[in-house]
Amino acid sequence: MKTLEELQAIRDRMKTQMASRGAADGDDIKIVVGMATCGIAAGARPVLNAIIEEVENRKLENVKVTQTGCIGMCKLEPLVDVIVPGKEKVTYVHVTPEKARRIVASHVVNGNVVAEYTMNAKA
Amino acid sequence: MLERAHILVCGGTGCTSGNSNKIYSEFVSRLKEQGLDKEVKLIMTGCFGLCARGPIVVVYPEGTFYQHVKPEDVNEIVCEHILKGRPVERLLHAEKEEDGSLKAINETDFYKRQKRVVLRNCGIINPESIDEYLAYDGYKAYEKAITQMTPQGVIDELKKSGLRGRGGGGFSTGMKWQFAHDSVADRKYVVCNADEGDPGAFMDRSLLEGDPHAVIEAMMIAGYAIGATQGYIYVRAEYPIAVERLEIAIGQAREYGILGKNVMGLGHDFDIELRLGAGAFVCGEETALLNSTEGKRGEPRQRPPFPAVKGLFSKPTLINNVETYGNITQIILNGADWFASMGTEKSKGTKVFALGGKIHNTGLVEIPMGTTLRTIIEEIGGGIPNGKKFKAAQTGGPSGGCIPASLIDTKIDYDNLIAIGSMMGSGGLIVMDEDNCMVDIAKFFLEFTVDESCGKCTPCRIGNKRLYEMLDKVTKGKATMEDLDKMEELCYYIKENSLCGLGQTAPNPVLSTLKYFRDEYVEHVKNKRCPAGVCKALVSYKVEPDKCIGCGLCKRNCPVGAISGEIKQPHVIDPAKCIKCGACIQACRKNAITK
Amino acid sequence: MKQVTLKINNVSVTVDAGTRILDAAKKAGFAIPTLCYLKDVCNEGSCRVCVVEVKGARSLVASCSATVSEGMEVYTNTPKVIASRKKTIELILGNHKKACLACVRNGNCELAQLSQDYNCDPHAYEGVTTEYEIDETPYLVRDNDKCVLCRRCVGVCNNVQGIGVIGPNKRGFATHIGCAFEQPLAATPCVACGQCITACPVGALHEKDDTDKVKELLGDKDKYVIVGTAPSVRVGLGEEFGYPIGSNVEGKMVAALKRLGFDRVFDVDMAADMTIMEEGTEFLHRLQDKTATLPMMTSCSPGWIRYMEFYYPELLPHLSSCKSPQQMFGAIMKTYYAKKFDIPVEKLAVVSVMPCVAKKTEIFRENQNAAGVPDIDVVITTRELARLIKNQGVDFKSLPDEKFDDPIGEGSSAGLLFGATGGVMEAALRTVSEVVLGKTLDKIDFKAVRGMKGIKSATVTLDGRKIKVCVASSLSNAKKVLEDIKAGKCDYQFIEIMTCPGGCVNGGGQPIQPSSVTNNVDVRGLRAKAIYDTDKKAALRKSHENPVVKTLYSEFFDKPGSHRAHEILHTSYKKRNKYYM
Repeated sequence: MKTLEELQAIRDRMKTQMASRGAADGDDIKIVVGMATCGIAAGARPVLNAIIEEVENRKLENVKVTQTGCIGMCKLEPLVDVIVPGKEKVTYVHVTPEKARRIVASHVVNGNVVAEYTMNAKA
Repeated sequence: MLERAHILVCGGTGCTSGNSNKIYSEFVSRLKEQGLDKEVKLIMTGCFGLCARGPIVVVYPEGTFYQHVKPEDVNEIVCEHILKGRPVERLLHAEKEEDGSLKAINETDFYKRQKRVVLRNCGIINPESIDEYLAYDGYKAYEKAITQMTPQGVIDELKKSGLRGRGGGGFSTGMKWQFAHDSVADRKYVVCNADEGDPGAFMDRSLLEGDPHAVIEAMMIAGYAIGATQGYIYVRAEYPIAVERLEIAIGQAREYGILGKNVMGLGHDFDIELRLGAGAFVCGEETALLNSTEGKRGEPRQRPPFPAVKGLFSKPTLINNVETYGNITQIILNGADWFASMGTEKSKGTKVFALGGKIHNTGLVEIPMGTTLRTIIEEIGGGIPNGKKFKAAQTGGPSGGCIPASLIDTKIDYDNLIAIGSMMGSGGLIVMDEDNCMVDIAKFFLEFTVDESCGKCTPCRIGNKRLYEMLDKVTKGKATMEDLDKMEELCYYIKENSLCGLGQTAPNPVLSTLKYFRDEYVEHVKNKRCPAGVCKALVSYKVEPDKCIGCGLCKRNCPVGAISGEIKQPHVIDPAKCIKCGACIQACRKNAITK
Repeated sequence: MKQVTLKINNVSVTVDAGTRILDAAKKAGFAIPTLCYLKDVCNEGSCRVCVVEVKGARSLVASCSATVSEGMEVYTNTPKVIASRKKTIELILGNHKKACLACVRNGNCELAQLSQDYNCDPHAYEGVTTEYEIDETPYLVRDNDKCVLCRRCVGVCNNVQGIGVIGPNKRGFATHIGCAFEQPLAATPCVACGQCITACPVGALHEKDDTDKVKELLGDKDKYVIVGTAPSVRVGLGEEFGYPIGSNVEGKMVAALKRLGFDRVFDVDMAADMTIMEEGTEFLHRLQDKTATLPMMTSCSPGWIRYMEFYYPELLPHLSSCKSPQQMFGAIMKTYYAKKFDIPVEKLAVVSVMPCVAKKTEIFRENQNAAGVPDIDVVITTRELARLIKNQGVDFKSLPDEKFDDPIGEGSSAGLLFGATGGVMEAALRTVSEVVLGKTLDKIDFKAVRGMKGIKSATVTLDGRKIKVCVASSLSNAKKVLEDIKAGKCDYQFIEIMTCPGGCVNGGGQPIQPSSVTNNVDVRGLRAKAIYDTDKKAALRKSHENPVVKTLYSEFFDKPGSHRAHEILHTSYKKRNKYYM
């Protein structure tokens, strides 16, 4: 038999796991990873996985992680867009798993854009 | 690790028939092949509702809606969408925003106007996983009821919510619970009526298939409120998926200590058993259902005594239908006021309809009470196919009536439907266009009730049979105007005198069509003509000689050799041989055959 | 009890809470017609003939099952109600084989009466009709084409008798009363009690008519035809000729039988006396034998015997080995009487008149042919006797009272008691007490075993020993007793069981009273009263004092329980399969 606490623990765990289901809420922060052939070749999958892991560890329920195809800047891959509702889209380039973790911690959680990783910084 | 994408394959009835099991297994192997099985979660859900477009696959987090998916499409979805983030355009349920971007599933016309309370988890969770049910506040309503509310408090909340029985009659659910609560006995029962029998209706089926725990939890709350420790779910044996998922759900709940002794350690006992019905429509009538559950012939009992006083095994019994139970947990969690904020003055909340017939988006929809028929048909349903005109909508199945096009702006709720001679029933909604003959429709439904009558009381057993025979005469052009009056009189007699709801409502399809489409009846009687061209006895097929090009297609397609003619010469149909099957009309490319 | 006041057609009436509207209306002076409702038997509310208007009710209400409530306003004869009833009856008539002129229930048909009362057009709702084959057994005929599906037969078979060999099959318009798997009744463990016949409002169920066989015997100049009448026949027969319920028409009955041409008219009461002698003796032996099976149970009711053989074969040793009075009667005629008057057995025919249809099956049993030929040749029921009398133009009412023939016509009134539940027990106690005590009883009325209660028990003292006896009628009551025996909860020594509720007075072969009577009058009680009234005034009230009995033993059987008595007056039983499939 499960105690009330055990049931609640299951609820909490499952809620995070299933957060991506259901329609995107207008208030959700979107993280979009470029996952075309070019992105994957440049190492987009470990980046994506790192972002997912970070979102899970931090129990971020208002964040949706999605992928997109090639956006035509293959040499800058892996590319990651962070879209905070009401703010300009920020595009990070040459993202690595380590950079990705920092982006989540700084930008997504605390709202501080990691300027040095952005496309503007590189350009 | 958290999966980055969730692929939801519809495991509802329609999609299962469309081979969604194969689609699911194809996903399993393709995901593995691409090394994505750890990153992506694949689940089989209950019904999404838009059955016309099945089999359906939805991919989250984007909420991409794929329709008419075939097993051979799976590889493309995996390689393109899952791996590379490029949705497979050709499979999309293509509804786009004005800016050309793709609408998310909930923004599409079909879903936008819906309000999913009962079906909240259908198409979202894996119905075979109690953990997924728990994620969406599962079994929290029971916990709340038992730790924060008295049994009377639960009942008061229900009364305040204004919830009415979703199985047909529309009796106040709170009152029903109150009666069962007030009956004093050593044993009481909670019963779930899952003997959905209206032709074309699958609301309850979909809920049981898509979210079985919601029904179990509601029954537990009912058990607490009325003082019962045993529940029975009477479900049709023809619903194998529902039965299987209920069995799984009950098993999981027992394993977690959610059913059984001292449920969730909160001091109450409750358990549930399944009873399989053998498919008699009348067993949806609550007293017949009780008889059948007891192992007796499925026949209604005299009421009073009502089941709340003397029900299953002669003990006080609360019996509600599946959809009614589907609302309970939400009312407990969100409060009566939240529930009562939806709907009309006397009909609160939402109602699930099975949309069928001559309409684009056949399927399952849940709308707030008070939504107009027009919204359902034109917006949610996507209108009538083939540019045909809307003629009538039939609600309430064989117990309901036909609503004519002139009343399309009727706000759907219990009382409005009764006022126009139909009824809510369990929620079948069949749309008819100009090709439907209303006499034939009435005959179809009456034939169903005549077949399904238990044969116990005279008005239903013989009265409905005679009524059917009179209708048959009308469709054959053999009736007189006096027969129409006699029919109407017999209808009212049957309604007044029958023992149970089946008989009392059986004449509704006849009465409502007589009321709104009397001209069509008169046309059959006086001019021996079926305006819609449906009643075979009154239709004769003719080739229009000036349109016929003599291609011979009709001749080749006629199954009885009734058509003759030389190539490039107008053909002729021999009425003596013609069986009026319509194959020639379908075959003719020149619209040269009329009836 | 809580009282409730309501208005019926604006007439105020106060009745007990829980009273049916139907009964409240009767009290207020309004008769509501019924068809499917049969008090204590059937209350399904299925026919809808008894509908009434109740103020505030959504639709019409079946007054046979709806109960009263305070302040209720009921209307029993509004135009709507009358029109509805009329339609209901017309619909039933629309699927009823209207072979009324040749129907056994012509003149006694509840449907015909309703049709007449409501001025029905029997052809108003013609259409497709259901057609079934006639199911015929040696005792009963089922004609489903006449069935109105009131289910009174099902109620009596299932609820009163607890047998349930018939029930509704199929559904909708095809619904009909039948046996499991559409088997004929003969293939079922039907006990042949015939209670379904007396419950039937129409001619869908009737006894297998054997009056032609009787006429044939009477027309055969070579045959010497003896007739014997069972105790209950004389208190039922009068009803067929317009006498009040509970009239004893023994004298006219005997006169009629003589006019029908029977060579001898005897009373089966005499054989009942013999049963008492044999059964009483058997009981005393069992009491004295420590290894004997107790309680002993009576064996006079052939439906009961069939029940035991079908349903409780393991308890068969409890049954007395005595033949029933009918079979003893036949056996005595074919042995003693034939010998004494030197009539060749093949020329002798014995007809019995019984309140029972199961008796028609009893004559075909094994071990019921003491003289090598069947003990009884033909059995007719009380109803068939009435039919025969009418058919033969005997003017029953104007007949003088006549006496049974000598020399063995006379029965004691103890034998007569066999007709009512508890009667066998009382007759046995009168005899056993005196035989055991060897002295005459001061008081011979054993009132504890009388009355219409389903199960009765009493304790009597026999020679210082307390004997517990039990009397049950109807098989559902019998079943309770049998289950007690099986559970070891039974401390009775002697049990009387009658198949039909109330005993033979209410047998399946007795005159049929319409439900309008049976729902309001205790028919079986009135018939039983006629028996007890006769007994009270009788000179000869104990079986062992019957001079005929004494003669039979001295001239032929030697003594009760003798070897010859066993050969001629006793029988045996065996387990029977419930279904032959």
